[in-house]
Amino acid sequence: MKERKLTGHVVKQAFIRSLPVMAGYLVLGIGFGIVLHDAGYGVLWALAMSGLIYAGSMQYVGVSLLTGGASILMTAVMTLLVNARHLFYSVAMIENYADAGSRKPYMIFGLTDETYSLLCNGDHPEGTDGPTFYFLVTLMDQCYWVLGSVIGALLGSVITFNTAGIDFSMTALFVTTFTEQWLTTKRHAPAVIGIAVTAVCRVVFGRTYFLIPAMVGITAILLLFRKGLDSEGGEE
Amino acid sequence: MMAGSTYGAILVLVMALVTAAIRALPFLVFRSKENMPKVMHYLSQVLPTAVIGMLVVYCLKDIQPFSGSHAVPELLGCAAVILLHVWKRNVLISILGGTVCYMLLIQFIL
Repeated sequence: MKERKLTGHVVKQAFIRSLPVMAGYLVLGIGFGIVLHDAGYGVLWALAMSGLIYAGSMQYVGVSLLTGGASILMTAVMTLLVNARHLFYSVAMIENYADAGSRKPYMIFGLTDETYSLLCNGDHPEGTDGPTFYFLVTLMDQCYWVLGSVIGALLGSVITFNTAGIDFSMTALFVTTFTEQWLTTKRHAPAVIGIAVTAVCRVVFGRTYFLIPAMVGITAILLLFRKGLDSEGGEE
Repeated sequence: MMAGSTYGAILVLVMALVTAAIRALPFLVFRSKENMPKVMHYLSQVLPTAVIGMLVVYCLKDIQPFSGSHAVPELLGCAAVILLHVWKRNVLISILGGTVCYMLLIQFIL
């Protein structure tokens, strides 16, 4: 029987491990809170979205779905596409989380990009129980995110400077992710396909209906060129 | 307003449920990585990159290259993000720098 002790040592180690995410989540969370507030949704909405959805990129997209009056189907499909990558984080963590017991559902719920990046190598500091450590890092990360978005939503109502253009933070977030992915892989075709197919669909189908054709088109083209793309090799 | 809040709450719940389902599915379906179909493994490598490209275009869906500001603030903002990121490789600096650059452009210059 493994020990499942919640000691001061494991809390401290989890806090140290979570520090790189703290700064990022507070700032991105504050940005999200301000954007949400500017769209007409206050602190409770920030709390609900960051507490229940807990997916950074999706929450930014969610604001534009809310203000744009998206349908339920559109929202579900968009969430599926934006968050599909999480399937693969979960696959990668199946073995690390195998032994987590009653904490496992929360650890799965809280497996964001950032938490994945902290825990994916599957190690934990000496003298700590793995699942307890993973659980605490997951929990601390979500606390930073919720705290940031609540601060942002509150700031939104007291901010005196002109916030016009702050919604560009969503574009900046995706361009940053895009650039980071471009720099870490030798296989650029999927990135180009994503941009090109969506741009063509935007022109052909117009601003309201282009996303679903783009999603279908991207998946189809990726599957069609699987042989060529597969042999190109992936991450360095 | 009530109808608006109900609508919003439903949308938030849909996003929450779909996100949780995506994260939980592999744990329910696959007992180990070896059980995954090869096509899933392939998509896991190429889809994330392609979808980020899609989201970049989604963010820029309302730019008007042929009228108004000719999308100059958006293009300069994106260029700032890319340059900052290639230079510093720091997510925070790239996002903050690009956003401030864009805000200054649309508020004071263009």
